[in-house]
Amino acid sequence: MSILVNKNTRLVVQGITGREGTFHSTQMIEYGTNVVAGVTPGKGGQWFSTDNKKVPIFDTVKEAVVATDANAALIFVPARFAVDAIYEAADAGVDLVVCLTEHIPVLDMIACRAYLDTLSVRLIGPNCPGLLTPGEAKVGIIPGSIAIPGNVGVVSKSGTLTYEVIDALTKLGIGQSTCVGIGGDPIAGTNFIDVLALFEEDPATEQIVMIGEIGGNAEEQAAAYIAQHVTKPVTSFIAGRTAPPGKRMGHAGAIVEGKSGTAESKVEALRAAGVRVADNPDDIAKIVAERR
Amino acid sequence: MNLHEYQAKRLFAEHGVPIPNGDVASTPAEAREIARELGGKVVVKSQVLIGGRGKAGGIKLANNADEAEAVASQILGMSIKGFQVNKVLIDQQSPGGIDQEIYLAVLIDRAKRRPMVMASAEGGMDIEEVNERSPEKIFRVYIEPALGVRGYQTTYLASAMDLPRELWRDFHKIVAGLYSCFKANDASLTEINPLVITGTGKLMALDGKMSIDDNGLYRQPKLAEMRDVDEETAAEKEARLNGINFIQLDGNIGCMVNGAGLAMATMDVVKKFGEAYNCAPANFLDIGGGAKAEQVATALRLILSDKSVKAVLINIFGGITRGDEVAKGIIEALAQVQTDVPMVVRLAGTNAAEGMAILADSEMETAVTLSDAAQKAVAAAKGAM
Repeated sequence: MSILVNKNTRLVVQGITGREGTFHSTQMIEYGTNVVAGVTPGKGGQWFSTDNKKVPIFDTVKEAVVATDANAALIFVPARFAVDAIYEAADAGVDLVVCLTEHIPVLDMIACRAYLDTLSVRLIGPNCPGLLTPGEAKVGIIPGSIAIPGNVGVVSKSGTLTYEVIDALTKLGIGQSTCVGIGGDPIAGTNFIDVLALFEEDPATEQIVMIGEIGGNAEEQAAAYIAQHVTKPVTSFIAGRTAPPGKRMGHAGAIVEGKSGTAESKVEALRAAGVRVADNPDDIAKIVAERR
Repeated sequence: MNLHEYQAKRLFAEHGVPIPNGDVASTPAEAREIARELGGKVVVKSQVLIGGRGKAGGIKLANNADEAEAVASQILGMSIKGFQVNKVLIDQQSPGGIDQEIYLAVLIDRAKRRPMVMASAEGGMDIEEVNERSPEKIFRVYIEPALGVRGYQTTYLASAMDLPRELWRDFHKIVAGLYSCFKANDASLTEINPLVITGTGKLMALDGKMSIDDNGLYRQPKLAEMRDVDEETAAEKEARLNGINFIQLDGNIGCMVNGAGLAMATMDVVKKFGEAYNCAPANFLDIGGGAKAEQVATALRLILSDKSVKAVLINIFGGITRGDEVAKGIIEALAQVQTDVPMVVRLAGTNAAEGMAILADSEMETAVTLSDAAQKAVAAAKGAM
């Protein structure tokens, strides 16, 4: 078992013929993800081919869904067109939309999230590395080679820092149920609490790793949720203890504004909720191993 | 990106927010001329992108054009928290003085995922202080983008703050204007502190602050041109133009990392192991996903341009970024920049082994884990101090 993506995921890739779209679609197909369709407006009727698979390309997501029964969409579309791509996927009726694109204006995401909340669709991202259920499906760019199937659920705002943690878990022989990158933007489609709830429900997940960072108060809200609703052990790390206030640390959402969004406040809230918070990302895998 | 006060106020005025008459000067003579046109009684305000201008002596009153010139010559060229004053705003003084100071801002509430209007009758001071001392004096309403600012919302704010009733209609126009300015310009903050009631009984925005969402700048060409290059260091500017996320800090260990989260974590670990030896990160640097050798070379050059850097830590976890590309970039950079600064390299993930092979001939220390790398970088910096 797993959450959100698995071997029944039928994926349509928006922007499949672009440079990034082509490279990562090939990687996903090689990993075994069931990529059933691609979308590039103006290229409908062509094929996306890898050594072992041919995937039909459509002009619109709607046509792709009708023809192939796709139930999840992955967006590799530049920032100016990415919000449109999210709306298109949501309106086409898929259950899950994953948007990797960085640099979407925050006011666009506010309107987008408000619209999505009126539908029964889940958005992961934007500005995220996507999801990976080891051995079943990779929807995004998390390197498949560093993960093995297992029972630790990983949820994170970060990309490479998450790879680091997955890699360390794998090196200790600890596999993962699903790894979810929720992204580093101020307004996200899915937050920590949503994913914590799914991991809590998932019988295959026995422990949870949650990687947060400075900015906003999603980690504090997650801590309150954990205290009330999560019975599985949670191990955490918060990046950005040394970040100066008022500076955006790469991610649009990673900023300490005045006294809000500090690492100290997040660490304190999580510890108060019974979460083990590592001071050093190298310690996360060790803590998980101890708690098995 | 942050705008100067005069830029923010001009944008507010475009949306119907009343501001004092005034103009910007770069020389004392210009200041004199502007003050003369405004009738003499003015306030001379330094235009720098940092708070606390008043306390630093960067805001002064003048009673006539001569005084305005004299005050402008004191303020122009002064340094406020490291920012040099190149421009002053000359504003007419509030007519009849100031009866009351109000705080008013539009910003984004991330948890509620809505723009929020924040108002307080305790204006004129740092809102963070008000929030700490008397949070019950700050009032908030949330804006549904499809609906905009509604009359009942501003009535609530005006009533909660005990504004004189004859000003409620004008207050509504100002809040609606500040929100429409926020929305039209892809702002993440529009703030008036203080919004005053003048001695003649009118509302007026005496100060203005505005931050723009960088991700919206592509559709705001007019704002993109307003970027004040003085706000960033030369290295930060070069980084921005090369697609590198770089923030200068005041430590002594340069960090080059791929990915923002890992870059922050690397800084944290450097601080953790370095604290006892006066070692701290000299910068935040994320070379981005899929960086090529050239970008890596630029990044390394930027780090080494900071003379307080005593050691460099390179931490790359390859996903899209390939270890061999990074290694080539390092070799390229070292060919361009002659340096004695010791370096510690850790490559993991995609093509890490190939990258390490490329670096084998250089005299770089290598590390397996992040902790190992940070400890070696601290030791190297200590040795060089």
